[in-house]
Amino acid sequence: MAEALHALRCYGHIVRMWIRAALAYPASFWMTMLGNLGASGMDFVIIIVMFLHTHALGGWSLPQVAFLYGTSGLTLGLADLFVGSLDQLGVRVREGSVDTILVRPVPALAQLAGDRFALRRIGRVAQSGAVLVWSLVQLDLAWTPLKALVFVSLLLSGTLIFGSVFVGGSAFHFFMADAAEVQNSFTYGGATMLQYPPTIYARDIVRGTVFGVPLAFVNWLPALYLLGRNDPLGLPSWFRFASPVAALLCVAAAGLLWRTGVRSYRSTGS
Amino acid sequence: MNETLIEVEGVTKSFVVRRRAGRFRRTREEVHAVAGLDFTVRRGEMVGYIGPNGAGKSTTVKMLTGILLPSTGRLRVAGADPVRDRVRLAQRMGVVFGQRTTLWWDLPLRDSYELARRIYRIPDATYTRNLDRCVELLELAPLLDVPVRQLSLGQRMRGDIAAALLHEPEVLYLDEPTIGLDVVSKRRVREFLARVNADLGTTVLLTTHDLTDIEQLCSRVMVIDHGRVVYDGGLDGLHEQGRSERTLVVELERELPPVELPGARVVRCEGTRQWLAFPASASAAPLVAELAARYELRDLSVREPEIEDVIARMYEEAERPVAAVPSH
Repeated sequence: MAEALHALRCYGHIVRMWIRAALAYPASFWMTMLGNLGASGMDFVIIIVMFLHTHALGGWSLPQVAFLYGTSGLTLGLADLFVGSLDQLGVRVREGSVDTILVRPVPALAQLAGDRFALRRIGRVAQSGAVLVWSLVQLDLAWTPLKALVFVSLLLSGTLIFGSVFVGGSAFHFFMADAAEVQNSFTYGGATMLQYPPTIYARDIVRGTVFGVPLAFVNWLPALYLLGRNDPLGLPSWFRFASPVAALLCVAAAGLLWRTGVRSYRSTGS
Repeated sequence: MNETLIEVEGVTKSFVVRRRAGRFRRTREEVHAVAGLDFTVRRGEMVGYIGPNGAGKSTTVKMLTGILLPSTGRLRVAGADPVRDRVRLAQRMGVVFGQRTTLWWDLPLRDSYELARRIYRIPDATYTRNLDRCVELLELAPLLDVPVRQLSLGQRMRGDIAAALLHEPEVLYLDEPTIGLDVVSKRRVREFLARVNADLGTTVLLTTHDLTDIEQLCSRVMVIDHGRVVYDGGLDGLHEQGRSERTLVVELERELPPVELPGARVVRCEGTRQWLAFPASASAAPLVAELAARYELRDLSVREPEIEDVIARMYEEAERPVAAVPSH
């Protein structure tokens, strides 16, 4: 426990160090931040353009799709902010600088997740958060304590699921030369998928996100409950509340993959 | 001071290398980077670890630091298994990889030290004392606020060495600490290391290509070749084992055919000058006396053997173990 706390503290220190470094060039910082905000906002512009021609997408209204967009973007954004730096692990493995990380008395994950912490990634968080707030105002959900709990758990579990995909995916860098794209297809690609209602996809794809890489638990399933919609797959209704369980399973799987990666690095070297 | 700190017993490390052989076939080769190492290092020793490229020097350092798991054999540092107790041992060791920095590239040097302070949980007084010492002896004061990427290689290396010592490690591993440095930087680094070893009793294991490092720093040298230790002892013994020869350069009164002298042989003749080789372990005095009695001499001098030559001869003589076992 003390070790975990020490790891977290070191992560925090590394993060602060990089924020300070980024703020040393304020103009550059704000420009990349605005660029990030704009780039992630474009997705939503596309959705709005679609709704100029139609009133519903797969049976979902604009505020409902905005809810999906906001929750998907916010959870991915938070995961990306906290552990997204891990996708640079490939470069470190290739240059052999993982060695310098492994000789320090702090878990490699804590050091690598904070490496080159990019505060500009907060752009996606802010933009998605704004869309989410707008959708909540428009939807005017009849809030109950259970709904509030499911909403908070959606954000937490979603962030954990995406974070696990980042960690688990980057563990492949220890085995493969270029795993960044595989990982990106699940994180950034997955988040784009989750911006749209599940009803517009083929059933097998949706099934894959429930039982394969469990992205459906990020927002689709809890949204069915929050927005009071029917499940296109006809799954038992308790699936809508199972996101925390899915998140914990993801965290465990990612932890296992990471350990295996580090161990394999140790027996093969760079 | 005689306590054993590092124990290495029958340690091997082999890697599987896959190569394309033809369009579809791939061969699998097992390469033995380290093929049976045995040695111990006592606390406070300063040991030079030399060998040609690919001899297994870096692999050894990686196994000692817990980065790499040995294939077979037993390895202990301060009684602990470096791989299993990596995080705990990391607290007690310092590592400098000459060719890759542990410093944070885009941040001022000082930030890397502040981070080390957190990572190693260094108490304030210890941190200040060690940082001050390093800043003074390695002349780092003007560099502290410069981003690491702007430092020269020599400056960066000094910065790296300081970073490895702030937590007062018991053992310091240096992998090629003087590689690519200019003469002045090399001297400064060597003086500093000698000081750390003398003042703090830090055990130092350094791999190097530069034999001057060894001559100036290490009382003990281990030569590794093809994954085996081929010599372990003092520098003097190295000359004996390498059957090194000293050279007597004589200037004769007039041109003569090669001189005859028991215990020495002429290796070169040039006009009135002749080069005579004799074993480094033998004394030059009787040879000179004998020579003077037989011939008229104008001048003479004795040349010490070049350690590079001694080592090169040792590499040539080391038996080549089977390096690869091809299979499908």
